Amino acid sequence: MKTITALNNPYSEDKVIDACGLFGMMDLTGRRFGSKEPVKAISNMHERGNGLGGGFAIYGLYPEHKDDYAFHIMYLNKESKKKTDKLLAQNFDVPQTEEMPVNPAANVWNPPVIWRYFLQPKKNRAKNQSPDEYVVQNVMRINMETGGAFVFSSGKNMGVFKGVGFPEDIAEYFCLNEYEGYLWVCHGRFPTNTPGWWGGAHPFNILDWTVVHNGELSSYGINRRYLEMYGYTCTMQTDTEVMAYALDMLMRKQKLPMEVVARILAPPLWIEVDNMEPEEKHLCTTLRQCYSSLLMNGPFTIIATHNGEMIGLTDRIKLRPLTAGIKGSMLYLSSEESAIHMVSKNLDSVWSPRGGEPVIGRLRSMKPIEVSPKVRK
Amino acid sequence: MKSYIEPEFIVERDQDKCIQCKVCVNQCTYETHYYDPEDDKVYSHDEKCVNCHRCVVFCPTGAITIKRNPTQYKENSNWTREAIAAVKNQAETGGIILTGMGCDKPYYTYWDRILLNASQVTNPSIDPLREPMELRTYLGAKPDKLEFDLESGNMVLRTRLAPQLCVETPILFTALSYGAVSLNVHEALARAATEYGTFMNTGEGGLDKKLYKYGDHIIVQVASGRFGVSPDYLNTGAAIEIKIGQGAKPGIGGHLPGEKVTEDISRTRMIPIGTDALSPAPQHDIYSIEDLRQLIYALKEETDYTKPVSVKIAAVHNSAAIASGMVRAGADIIALDGVRGATGAAPRIIRDNVGIPIEVALASVDQRLREEGIRNKASIIVAGGIKNSADVVKAIALGTDAVYIGTAALVAVGCTVCQTCYTGKCPWGIATSDPWISKRVNPDIATRRLVNLLQGWSHEIKEMMGGMGINAIESLRGNRLQLRGVGLTDTELKILGIKMAGD
Repeated sequence: MKTITALNNPYSEDKVIDACGLFGMMDLTGRRFGSKEPVKAISNMHERGNGLGGGFAIYGLYPEHKDDYAFHIMYLNKESKKKTDKLLAQNFDVPQTEEMPVNPAANVWNPPVIWRYFLQPKKNRAKNQSPDEYVVQNVMRINMETGGAFVFSSGKNMGVFKGVGFPEDIAEYFCLNEYEGYLWVCHGRFPTNTPGWWGGAHPFNILDWTVVHNGELSSYGINRRYLEMYGYTCTMQTDTEVMAYALDMLMRKQKLPMEVVARILAPPLWIEVDNMEPEEKHLCTTLRQCYSSLLMNGPFTIIATHNGEMIGLTDRIKLRPLTAGIKGSMLYLSSEESAIHMVSKNLDSVWSPRGGEPVIGRLRSMKPIEVSPKVRK
Repeated sequence: MKSYIEPEFIVERDQDKCIQCKVCVNQCTYETHYYDPEDDKVYSHDEKCVNCHRCVVFCPTGAITIKRNPTQYKENSNWTREAIAAVKNQAETGGIILTGMGCDKPYYTYWDRILLNASQVTNPSIDPLREPMELRTYLGAKPDKLEFDLESGNMVLRTRLAPQLCVETPILFTALSYGAVSLNVHEALARAATEYGTFMNTGEGGLDKKLYKYGDHIIVQVASGRFGVSPDYLNTGAAIEIKIGQGAKPGIGGHLPGEKVTEDISRTRMIPIGTDALSPAPQHDIYSIEDLRQLIYALKEETDYTKPVSVKIAAVHNSAAIASGMVRAGADIIALDGVRGATGAAPRIIRDNVGIPIEVALASVDQRLREEGIRNKASIIVAGGIKNSADVVKAIALGTDAVYIGTAALVAVGCTVCQTCYTGKCPWGIATSDPWISKRVNPDIATRRLVNLLQGWSHEIKEMMGGMGINAIESLRGNRLQLRGVGLTDTELKILGIKMAGD
């Protein structure tokens, strides 16, 4: 744990501060497509990053292994790989493993060794433990106990590629032009207080949940303490991490739908709640009473994704940008509108979602959902 | 016996300015000033002066100045005037030295060694004059999660929350008992709480029937003497508070002298006129934590589980463990009163030496409840030493849900913290049950002054929050990263859970 925390936050500041450019595109029919458009779009927002971090999450990535957990793991030294391989062999059946194919000519900084594994949890795990819980526990162990290994991603039929460089260089390094998926999320990073290290780039992932994030949470201190009360350990000390854990707790563990979760992370103002119909008012009031410590305060835009769903959300007074666009069955989310126009001419519609109102794209649900409070002044 | 104690203050009267109007003579309830018709002049008995400034403020010509007695004993850091006078006083009386208000020593205050954060560059600060800034707070037990039913495609909220108190600003008026303060003060507190959307606490002396109409904004207290406690009383308040202890006098009871028990107070406290109202040191039905649970649930039963029950303790060495027990015993709110908490009357030796500062008590209680995973099961209100809005912000960032103010509220009404509340002769008409002196507090004006105070502090809290880039108070609560310490040891920083400034 010390290793990762020290790597990610070498000056041991309150937290890691960064800002970013985000782009996501999803084919709601599930048709898979290549890297050309997503990479072109994120590289159009070159100015939003400073070359200290770029990354991609791709869904529908490994259809031939769709029932296996796909682990992307980076290693800082040989010892950590040895320990990780031992741990994986003990706890998982490993149908396939390989070193990640890369293009060494790409313009990236100090790349680590990265391996890809397809895994099945061993049957002899504790009876009441779900496979997902089991995987989470093992990911935490690899990150904390091996002293140099870090799991980029651990979900089924998806994967995260990230590192230190501009996003277009990272795409070239990982040969992303050889992959396809129905949902791509891209990120370019502008950290202010961390030197680049590969694990610190976005997206941030656990299981098939992925978050890319632009912003700085003023509420980080309490968000983190609240999550710690429910057993989460914030080793990365980033806003993105608390955002990811909050989504994990609310959506995966407590099974709340995004429409409800949005009202926890970015709740309507009291002045709006006071003017709602009784039933909605009761819901919003109770949500805020119960989950007030998960209110994400301060500027943020996130694109959160898991298998079959892409969600865009900003803070409730929209201190960070987010634009949405639709063309046919394609839903776009982007920090800047220009990036969408760059890859898709003649959009059917393009709009700026209001603060705190999520845009949700669901596989095979052709109309993206925009949740808005019924009462607006 | 001749008293060897010299006057603490000297009254200086500018005879050129004095017009012999006798305002000072009439205003001073300690009979410090007197008019000599032969000289046609007003003079003073310095030894009676408590330095309350009533005469200074009301003298129409500004003729009066009160000074510390310049005649001092030989300089000595240990044997100060206070130490010498205390010994002489006890040698002359053989009694316990009484005092009023909170501990007046400087060395227990941590607020002044904690600094706040503000946003620069990476994160915008928010202007509360142009953007919403939310202070609303709900006090009461919260569940770990909400559960929903899926009914014909709709999510229907199934969880019902325990009863909550809604405050529009995280500041409540603390327990000030009727008898210790006058009815006019009680009325002003109740009306100001109602007007601003917060609560006043009755204290342990019951509630006059005239104030029952403000019940939605009143917390009714149940203390060891059970004064004024009836089913009507319990059901009138919006919440009930069990008083175990008080920061000014942890571990000891209270004593309202018989002469203060007038007809009105006798009726409200439900005791005979002129009898001493004695509050035992402990609650005699609570000798252990499981007894507390029984009282909490007896009160919840009586009020049909419609009101949150608060338990108030003095901040003492094992507050964290005690608080954890209180939450598990069913308390919806924990009120912590620190060593600087005030009182109408307490032995000086207890007030200044027993208990711990509220800052460290709050930090350790909040942290312990989080470590045990039960912080959401109860709200915390802290009291004892909140003297401005920055203290409120710091307390919330350390982990409290809201604060109680007592001294600050009384100062708003006129109190000058002269520390002689125990005499019952408060020249400002606050800490008295004398019907003639009580009239000095006009409930309309006092209400206005209290509402103004709440408004001023709330505006300041919003400015500080906006500076941090926070627009909802819940994002400040427990957010200790917004705090930094100066002049504190490593151990103090560790207990407060904050970093050193610059780190």
